[in-house]
Amino acid sequence: MEIITKLLTETFGLQLDNTGQLVAGGLTMALIMALVMATCAIVWTWAERKVAGFIQSRYGPMRVGKYHGALQPVADMVKILGKEDIIPDDADKPLFVLAPIIIFIASLLPWAAVPFAPGFIASDMDLGLFYIFAVSSGAIVGILMAGWASNNKWALYGAARGAAQMVSYEIPLALATIPVVMRTGSLNMNDIVIGQQGGIFHWNAFHDPFLFVAFMIYFISSIAEVNRGPFDMPETESELVAGYHTEYTGMRFALFFLSEYANLFLVSCIATAVFLGGWNLPVGNAVVLPGLVFLAKAVLLVLIQIWIRWTLPRLRVDQLMHVCWKVLIPLSLLCLLGSGILLMVSGEIAA
Amino acid sequence: MLHEHYAVVLLFILFGIFFANLALGAAKIFRPRSNRVGDKGVSFECGELPVGSAWVRFNIRFYLIALFFIIFDVEVIFIYPWAAVFKSLYPALGSLMFIEMMVFIAILVLGLVYIWAKGDLDWVKTLSKRDGNKEVSGA
Amino acid sequence: MSQKLVDSLKSEFGDKIVSVNNSCGDESVLVPGDSLPAVLKYLKESESCEQLTDVIGVDYPERTERFEVNYLLRSIANKSRINVKVAVEEGMDIPTVSDIYKSANWAEREVFDLYGVKFRNHPDLRRILCHHEFEGHALRKDYPIEQGQFLSTPEKLIDDIEYHGGAFRADEVEGEDNPFDLLNVNIGPSHPATHGALRIEVQLDGETIVKAKSEIGYLHRCFEKEAEDHTWSQVMPYTDRLNYVSSMLNNCIYASSVEKLLGVEVPQRAQIIRVIVSELSRIIDHLVCICANLVDIGALTNYWYFYNIREGIYYDIIEPLCGSRLTTNFARIGGLSHDLFDGFEDAVEKHLQKMEVAIKEVTGLIARNRIFLDRTVDVGVLTTDEALSYGYTGPCLRATGLDYDVRKHAPYSGYEDYKFDVPIGENGDTRDRIMVRMEEMYQSASIIRQGIQKLTPGPIALDNASVSLPPKESVYGSIEGVMNQFKLISEGIKVPAGEAYGYGEGANGELGFFCVSDGTGQPHRLKVRPPCFPIFSAFDEIIEGLMIADAIAILGSINIIAGELDR
Repeated sequence: MEIITKLLTETFGLQLDNTGQLVAGGLTMALIMALVMATCAIVWTWAERKVAGFIQSRYGPMRVGKYHGALQPVADMVKILGKEDIIPDDADKPLFVLAPIIIFIASLLPWAAVPFAPGFIASDMDLGLFYIFAVSSGAIVGILMAGWASNNKWALYGAARGAAQMVSYEIPLALATIPVVMRTGSLNMNDIVIGQQGGIFHWNAFHDPFLFVAFMIYFISSIAEVNRGPFDMPETESELVAGYHTEYTGMRFALFFLSEYANLFLVSCIATAVFLGGWNLPVGNAVVLPGLVFLAKAVLLVLIQIWIRWTLPRLRVDQLMHVCWKVLIPLSLLCLLGSGILLMVSGEIAA
Repeated sequence: MLHEHYAVVLLFILFGIFFANLALGAAKIFRPRSNRVGDKGVSFECGELPVGSAWVRFNIRFYLIALFFIIFDVEVIFIYPWAAVFKSLYPALGSLMFIEMMVFIAILVLGLVYIWAKGDLDWVKTLSKRDGNKEVSGA
Repeated sequence: MSQKLVDSLKSEFGDKIVSVNNSCGDESVLVPGDSLPAVLKYLKESESCEQLTDVIGVDYPERTERFEVNYLLRSIANKSRINVKVAVEEGMDIPTVSDIYKSANWAEREVFDLYGVKFRNHPDLRRILCHHEFEGHALRKDYPIEQGQFLSTPEKLIDDIEYHGGAFRADEVEGEDNPFDLLNVNIGPSHPATHGALRIEVQLDGETIVKAKSEIGYLHRCFEKEAEDHTWSQVMPYTDRLNYVSSMLNNCIYASSVEKLLGVEVPQRAQIIRVIVSELSRIIDHLVCICANLVDIGALTNYWYFYNIREGIYYDIIEPLCGSRLTTNFARIGGLSHDLFDGFEDAVEKHLQKMEVAIKEVTGLIARNRIFLDRTVDVGVLTTDEALSYGYTGPCLRATGLDYDVRKHAPYSGYEDYKFDVPIGENGDTRDRIMVRMEEMYQSASIIRQGIQKLTPGPIALDNASVSLPPKESVYGSIEGVMNQFKLISEGIKVPAGEAYGYGEGANGELGFFCVSDGTGQPHRLKVRPPCFPIFSAFDEIIEGLMIADAIAILGSINIIAGELDR
């Protein structure tokens, strides 16, 4: 935000008062983040197909665009723009129309608190981490709305599964970050990243065994949170046809799709910031090309998620719940306990 | 300038609404007009006409999970502020601070153990046995 | 061996046995309709005829007791078979045996559907292959073959409880105080997991399937009626469309069934080639079954690992061999359509090696994968007794632990000369069905290698002018050749009057053709016994009480091919 405001006032020479700076800077950040989301959808759909192709010994898209189907996502976008918009006769129209917008907003909002680089964060709020979890759960409302409004049984099942899954996995997701908060002593995303300076063993994930387990819990839960394989219960194309967006076409469907891929990147960015040292390099205290370092880590996590998706079969819905409630939640509580004791014993915080 | 940070959130919401509608509006320009022929408006049920409505009183499992979620999410909300100040208040309060929170968590774990033992965490509690199910289907 | 069954029946039932007949080695006894359940019960309990293979109707319009219903029984323990016949007058009914053999349920429905023979006390006597509003009975000789009927109203399958706007309250189901609605959902015909057009209407309580009822017939295209309108050899291309995944197997088994009725045996080389291509088809079928099943449980990557192999076999072996990938039309009555191409052996060996690598890769991905095991172990369990009663054969039966394999049990095409094992499972669950198929592919590869070793030059078709077409040179070069060709093409092979049940080990189980000839060039009746049909009839019972996801996994593992299910 500071960087943007500075850019606006100094480089472009805009004369703005405080409020003006805030509005201009905020809107610019929002635009950037929306573009990040759109880029996510473009890059990750292509990357996912290519990586899946690589894993599955085939090529993936090859035709559109000169290099390895590079323009395939653009072609898809054009296709989606030209798709007929169908709202089922029996659907609840207002809800049906509202649902994709809610999901889109719910996946745009968390980006406000993602610290890409020092000073490059839309809103450097003190509640950063908490805010991210709070607003991203808005997607549950959108999914339930979409499923219910469609008046389609598969959509209903997708929505019910999706809501149950997302609310359940939000608990281990949040619990896993608590040891980090204890260690940092702050919920501010910038502070969390800065607290991990000093090389790879100061990163939260590799700081101690409890935090490593917490990172794993976070990573597993985040895959479930964004409904990707092996936890893609709300969609399960072989069971529920297409899950909660069965009835959606054209741009409305594209908004779901966009949000899904943006969320994929979002959880990776949060994992990077909270557990993998954000923009910090693996060695030393120097901050070199912070944005790139951050992106590199996040991209790596996304690739791992794609890898997992194309390797593992899908769980059944009761097994999914079992993993969450009977494995991840007790485990994350244990992590909290162990991490707290370790903090006190190790003397990292002055007694 | 504390609320400045949250003003940005408001701007994000406004921009999100704008952007989503922009995309939908763009699509409106390019897409063909919906002609609504035949059964196009019928919701999809694998090629058959849907058997009635999908708006039903859904199985309780889904709502129970939502209830558990509220309990545990509230717990997390309580832990967050404690965790955030743990480092700064620890020197003053000592391990008592930690023990207190562990007692709080222990009470909730007790709740978890209770619902676990009661079988409410199993997604399919009823009708999971084929024999038990026979009675229903035979009716 | 079957003679013993006949003697035993004679001593037990005495004068109730109307007549005994032997056609092409198949023993049959004619009994009055009313004593049918007693006879079948006796055969099941005292002579260990565990399985009712099929119920087959035949129409003889000139007889007073117009319809003949054949009950094909098999004792796996004693390796014997017998055909119990009942003659029925039009409008009369016969008692059902669906309480003795579960496979009779659907099989009798089929006879009812196509011939209008009514079965007393049948639990669910509805049409099965034809549409529920169909008028007349399609396989009766007096039903004109060109008479189509346009029908499209869907059948409501679960209608015994009143609907309340689609859903109905579970507390209205007696003895259940669940205050939540049950939901009726159609799985299929157009659902990603019903590979082919099937419909299963399920009643759901949350995720659990409370009740399921399936409907088939979406791909019914009157194969059997068509066959009665064609010559014996013209039926061959239609058999490609039965199990379109392994059409070579259909070709070969159909050809050998007709040869059984003709009483001829094809030359050695043709037999070996038939074995080789049959086993290739079995490999393809198993590859497709396993990979599609894994897709259903979300392991998409395995799909390509197997599909690449399948496509390789198709493009490099099957297509050069017969000119097309799926519709092979390769076998001929009395031999084969072509000989092998040059380099066949190397191509086969290359692809077998690739296949073994792929199996290793897929096994590595799933065999010890916790998610896969959670999804498949103890899911869709069927005991051996249940499976036998439902008429299961093939990998699905072997997964329950019984080593019944037609290739061992009643060898044909020289299978007795090959060394191979019959893999069996333990529990009869989804995992066992997948793993049995995996192992069978190795066995098939071994059979193919042995077959290639055995190959010696020789004729690929019978040297019999009344069965095989003359060679091209003879047709173009001599008047006898032209006449021979003309007679065989226009009148068809004159198959002596009689009936025979020829069967072999298809990819999904026992594939049989019940051929009845009246001495003309066209079949009087040709009944396919598709392995899928009895297998799918158990599906409703298996999935009740399980979840949607389980139903999908099981549906994949029993390998339903709608083309052969609906015929």
